[in-house]
Amino acid sequence: MDWVNVIVQGTLLGGLYALFAAGLSLIFGVMRLVNIAHGDLIIFAAYLGLTVVMTTGLHPILALVFVIPAMALIGYALQVGILNHTLGDDLLPPLLVTFGLSVIIQNSLLEIYTADPQKMDAGVLETASFSLGDLQLGVLPVLTFGIAVVVIASLQWLFYRTALGRAFRAVSDDQDIAQLMGLNRRHIFGLAMALALAVTAIAGILLGIRTSFDPSVGGGRLIFGFEAVIIGGLGNLWGTLAGGVILGVAQTIGAKIDPGWQILAGHVAFLLVLAIRPQGLFPRISG
Amino acid sequence: MADPLLQISKLDAYYNDFQALYQLDMSLGEGEVLAIIGSNGAGKTTLMRSISGLISNNSSQMRYRGNPIGALRADQVAALGIALVPEGRQLFPSLSVEENLLIGGRLGRKGPWSLRTVFNLFPILEERRTLPSTSLSGGQQQMVAIGRALMSNPDLILFDEISLGLAPVIIKSIYDALPNIVGEGISAMIVEQDISKAISVSNRVYCLQEGRISLEGASKSISREEISHAYFGIT
Repeated sequence: MDWVNVIVQGTLLGGLYALFAAGLSLIFGVMRLVNIAHGDLIIFAAYLGLTVVMTTGLHPILALVFVIPAMALIGYALQVGILNHTLGDDLLPPLLVTFGLSVIIQNSLLEIYTADPQKMDAGVLETASFSLGDLQLGVLPVLTFGIAVVVIASLQWLFYRTALGRAFRAVSDDQDIAQLMGLNRRHIFGLAMALALAVTAIAGILLGIRTSFDPSVGGGRLIFGFEAVIIGGLGNLWGTLAGGVILGVAQTIGAKIDPGWQILAGHVAFLLVLAIRPQGLFPRISG
Repeated sequence: MADPLLQISKLDAYYNDFQALYQLDMSLGEGEVLAIIGSNGAGKTTLMRSISGLISNNSSQMRYRGNPIGALRADQVAALGIALVPEGRQLFPSLSVEENLLIGGRLGRKGPWSLRTVFNLFPILEERRTLPSTSLSGGQQQMVAIGRALMSNPDLILFDEISLGLAPVIIKSIYDALPNIVGEGISAMIVEQDISKAISVSNRVYCLQEGRISLEGASKSISREEISHAYFGIT
């Protein structure tokens, strides 16, 4: 029974990792941009949520009403103002620029919010739980996983069922030819980044309710996000969810064996997948 | 003659670092069909990419309805009603046949072409509408590429190497469809290796050689000798 519990808790944790990863997966899929600042943007969203909660007294979940549009706007501006200028045949400039961005975000957060760990107060939601058979499930982890499934399903629907998704896929296939169809790739990339950071906003708020955070923890979230994307297979959103779950389960199993092994076990699972199936478990399947 | 639809003047264009077109002058009237012929490396594709905005040039080197378009981006040129059927089809592999057509129509320009009329023109595409575009034969892919360009209801349609790599029977069916396309009041520029085909469908012919125009004339009155002279540069 213990082990069933471990696997269920790991699966729920995987929902949060899938939310870290979804934005990364999306922007890599559309514009082949590897965003090193992604983890710091998650933390930035968490701080944004914290500010909204402190100034308005809203519940952190309701703060999403402000944080999602704000992050989307920042995403569009960031892409059109800066990142579009770095995209080209060479993969290095966007890597360097997003790395620089990561340093800037971390240090700005440090200046504004200091290095003290912060946490969002979600009241009873943090500790509420219910039992399912012999299992004791936290409401927050279940809610997080549910949100992750809804977010992934929505992105999937958007990609394969809407005109905007068609535009994303067309630009991803061939930027020049997409341009001939009247698609301005700079604008489309801006929209993709806006969407990615909207998802990041959700990830940041849920992270900030679950654990405490400080300006330096973005890098770790980036690694978890990357690992989930790679395990699941590039360009496959449901694969990203599966990747998050595998990573989460590996971590909780590791922690069960020895609490010090939690992070290590996740990395080992990732390296195993990379060694045995470098293309990921579910490489791009177009639906 | 009224103002031409497209006027190219003293166009210098580059293919990467290599100059592909030298001081090129060309004009296209409303409703006219031009054939562009010339050997490989003569600059035909560079010309197509320049007009459609994939290669950026000096603004005034190209005028469309009197307005300079040389420096516009490809999406801005497309919005003006210039569509390109690119060499080698270049469909979007992750889009289905129907989605490829729909993305061509996303500009929402008004005109006779819609999913319905494209399917009437190429009925085979309706049968295959849900398939991935890459699963089609080369000829069917060319039909999708043509349909995709038509979906934007262009006033000027550019065909780059319209029959390259296709089976003769497919080429024939594509040429059979051409009068239905340009007959709708659309002007066209057709890049073609097959000289007799090029002459049969066009009003005028330009022959390019090493980035310059070596011959220009009405398709009806031009002679074989003139063409082979211009094509190969035999003196």
